[in-house]
Amino acid sequence: MLTPLEWEALHLSLLVSITAVLGSLPPGLLIAWLLARKQFRGKLLLDGLVHLPLVLPPVAVGYLLLLFLGRHGWLGGWLYRSLGLSFVFSWKGAALASAVMAFPLLVRSVRLSFESIDRGTEAAAASLGAAPHDIFLTVTLPLALPGILAGMILAFARSLGEFGATITFAANIPDETRTLPLALYGVLQSADGDRAALRLCLLSVALALVTLVASDALARRLDRRLRG
Amino acid sequence: MLSVSLRKRYGAFDLDASFMVAGPQITALFGRSGAGKSSVVRLIAGLDRPDQGRVELGGRVLFDQASGRVMPVFRRRIGLIFQDSRLLPHFSVRGNLTFGERRTPPAERFIAFDEVVDLLGLAALLERRPTSLSGGEQQRVAIGRALLSSPHLLLMDEPLASLDGARKAELLPFIARLAEQFRVPILYVSHAPEEILRIAGRMVLLQDGRVVASGTVEEVMSLPEFAHAAGSRSLITILPAEVEAHDEQRQTSQLAFQGGLITVPRLDLPLGSRVRARIAADQVILAKGPVNGLSVRNQLPARVISLSVIGGLVDVLLDIGCPLHAELTLVACQDLDLVPGLAVTALIKSAAIHGSAISLRPVQ
Repeated sequence: MLTPLEWEALHLSLLVSITAVLGSLPPGLLIAWLLARKQFRGKLLLDGLVHLPLVLPPVAVGYLLLLFLGRHGWLGGWLYRSLGLSFVFSWKGAALASAVMAFPLLVRSVRLSFESIDRGTEAAAASLGAAPHDIFLTVTLPLALPGILAGMILAFARSLGEFGATITFAANIPDETRTLPLALYGVLQSADGDRAALRLCLLSVALALVTLVASDALARRLDRRLRG
Repeated sequence: MLSVSLRKRYGAFDLDASFMVAGPQITALFGRSGAGKSSVVRLIAGLDRPDQGRVELGGRVLFDQASGRVMPVFRRRIGLIFQDSRLLPHFSVRGNLTFGERRTPPAERFIAFDEVVDLLGLAALLERRPTSLSGGEQQRVAIGRALLSSPHLLLMDEPLASLDGARKAELLPFIARLAEQFRVPILYVSHAPEEILRIAGRMVLLQDGRVVASGTVEEVMSLPEFAHAAGSRSLITILPAEVEAHDEQRQTSQLAFQGGLITVPRLDLPLGSRVRARIAADQVILAKGPVNGLSVRNQLPARVISLSVIGGLVDVLLDIGCPLHAELTLVACQDLDLVPGLAVTALIKSAAIHGSAISLRPVQ
């Protein structure tokens, strides 16, 4: 039913997006928690930095990533020489670019849900003998779960559509970084790609619908569990 | 036992309060809103840090400015009960009840799950979710949850404020029984004298961030400071008494107090129940001797102890077997030639006496 090119693009898109979301979740939770709960010097700067990908052109983000993490880049050169690790031209690079682009959406959503938790409930848990890390794991995190889930869905959706930063940083390599949007762009460049482009477009629509339905069902279940 | 000495500045408000709480009686912390009651609660619990002072609970230092000791909230072993129940919505009632218990080392637990469930009538609710409970039920679970962490002190910050009258009346006896059954000292914060009359043995009166009086409920409530804080124009006398007899035909009850019997409107309480009769000083009439042909039911032989002028009126302190305040004008005092030592008759309308059932047994 699907052509090898379509299978490859679908597989890569899912791999890249899921990796991007799961990889950015731990730092996302940490930064969202810091922004929601702590007062510290440089908070405004951190907030601004996190939001940068939301306002910069994606190509600019890709270029910045290249500067920092390319093989001759600032950090990337060191990584390549000492660990042999390279992001450029690999699906890991595509995942990283997606993660950076989706990061502000994740952090915003998680931060909001941390902020909406009643501090009194946490104070009550503390009075019952729960230490701060215990409260975070048994009260804060479970109560923030709907917001965290929403943030993950947003980040996943953003990753599925990521194009500019990916093609700039990780390039358009068959079987490595050619995700659905990149494959779509590729076939549009060829003279007789109209039919293939339409099929890829429909595939994207189907994937988006499945994601939405699944996330909705998950959110409902979560809500029932939280509210009883 | 809890001993507290706290100082903290909140902007223009300066809190400076020292007092003690000892079980097994309930100690009430009374003050009008804005007096600093909730700040005191937060400082004792460790949710805020005092600028100066010391908090000691059962020999453990929770806070000491001098030595720089600050014990974190989760190590203080203070059960907190707020106006709102603050139950964990993602746990069942059982999960909420055992939340603190699981975090208390078995050797330090002295309150058993079944006993708490029994006392608070929670057996039927155990598998329910907090959001499906009524306000009164939620508050009972919150109390049970705090108890099961085997606390060294229960701190109740207006636990009934968000409940309607019927739920309040339903919950008060539970709270009174806690102090006796589990021997946990309780500090009960309230701005409702009626609640304090029903459950507390001692009380601390807080005004503008300062402790202005402390002692037994009877003592403190008869002070001018209490009348002021309670927004009452005249002094109040609290008579500890027992229900002696009911007269169904006349719809009255007889209360026995230290100096004899008083008649009050029919109380819906079993014989032998302990009550506190509340009498406002401006409802007491003095006569030189017994008077005939009056509607007033209560004529009590009294002796004048002292006279003091408060705001243009005279507060006459009488001995009727226990102290009783009467409020008279200067002219009335002169006409009666009132002097300390004089024997008089105190007249009190039955309808002017409010009896509050006490939900606790006598404290030895």
